[in-house]
Amino acid sequence: MVETTAHAKVGAPAAPPLPADTQHHPVKLYLAVWGWLFVLSACSYLVDYIGLQGWLRWTLIVLFMLLKAGLILAIFMHMAWERLTLIYAILLPPLLVMVFVGIMASEANYTLLTRVLYYGGGN
Amino acid sequence: MTESSLDPAAAPPAQARPGSGWRRFAADWASDQTSFKGVSWGKAMMWVFLLSDTFVFGCFLVAYMTARMSTTVPWPNPSEVFALEIGGTEVPLILIAIMTFVLISSSGTMALAVHYGYLRDRRKAGRLMLATALFGACFVGMQAFEWTKLIREGVRPWTNPWGAPQFGSSFFMITGFHGTHVTIGVIFLLVLARKVLRGDYETGRRGFFTSRRGRYEAIEIMGLYWHFVDLVWVFIFAFFYLW
Repeated sequence: MVETTAHAKVGAPAAPPLPADTQHHPVKLYLAVWGWLFVLSACSYLVDYIGLQGWLRWTLIVLFMLLKAGLILAIFMHMAWERLTLIYAILLPPLLVMVFVGIMASEANYTLLTRVLYYGGGN
Repeated sequence: MTESSLDPAAAPPAQARPGSGWRRFAADWASDQTSFKGVSWGKAMMWVFLLSDTFVFGCFLVAYMTARMSTTVPWPNPSEVFALEIGGTEVPLILIAIMTFVLISSSGTMALAVHYGYLRDRRKAGRLMLATALFGACFVGMQAFEWTKLIREGVRPWTNPWGAPQFGSSFFMITGFHGTHVTIGVIFLLVLARKVLRGDYETGRRGFFTSRRGRYEAIEIMGLYWHFVDLVWVFIFAFFYLW
């Protein structure tokens, strides 16, 4: 972790030496991630353009979404180089939202059931 | 506990401490000091703010899921709703795709701005931030166009011509809140770019609001916010527009 945080840069004479914990990484890495984000976005748009349906569509959408989110978080937001203390403090709480999603999915199914049963399909 | 561990000057710097990630994790939380070692308060607070914002957008998306799952009326097909006629043919979702590419481009220029900021290359950093702001403004402009188009077609928070009435409220709420975030980001980018280009972080000029001297780390903290806005759009794009 320590090795990756301090990439020495040669071409900037005026710059004072950077502190060891500065988030400074090679431009090449950013450009590569940038390129991949374009490719992944194009892929997720193609899912809709081609008109894939059903489980294949949903799986691909979520796959491309997670890959893009991971790249942005890890590289652009420098999470990959942060210490575990910060990583877990930030990434674990949003996972609890998944519990909320589960609860509300079950609630939505129940609402749908009652609407079908008592309103005969009205909204 | 030994003598040396009581003396902060004698303790090795946080980054150089030995042990595995988990060991450091436990040590960080048990240190009776700052838990987020090597992270400035400004950056830590931005992360905490972004965490709270995650919950806000999480709640919007969960509400949208609940509305869409529980309605007995078919949900309007976003692929058709957001199609544009280009050269006589209907291209599905094309405006949203362009908006996605614009926002990703802005994320790239922001990442490079952070990079050049740490190299103390204030001209490059400042110009890249202005480019980021321009992409952001472009995005908001396209969103305004999209809203106008949909409102003209009769979309309201309580009704729309194509199906489930909850479509309108979900759409305006989610994209509206995201657009607000982008707008605030653009304003902050312009303010910060001005400071960077003027060389405030080299001359030590004090901020007009905080009366404090800024550091180049401000660009990274601004970047965290901007990338987060892009991150949220990734989820909105997947769940609202593609699903």
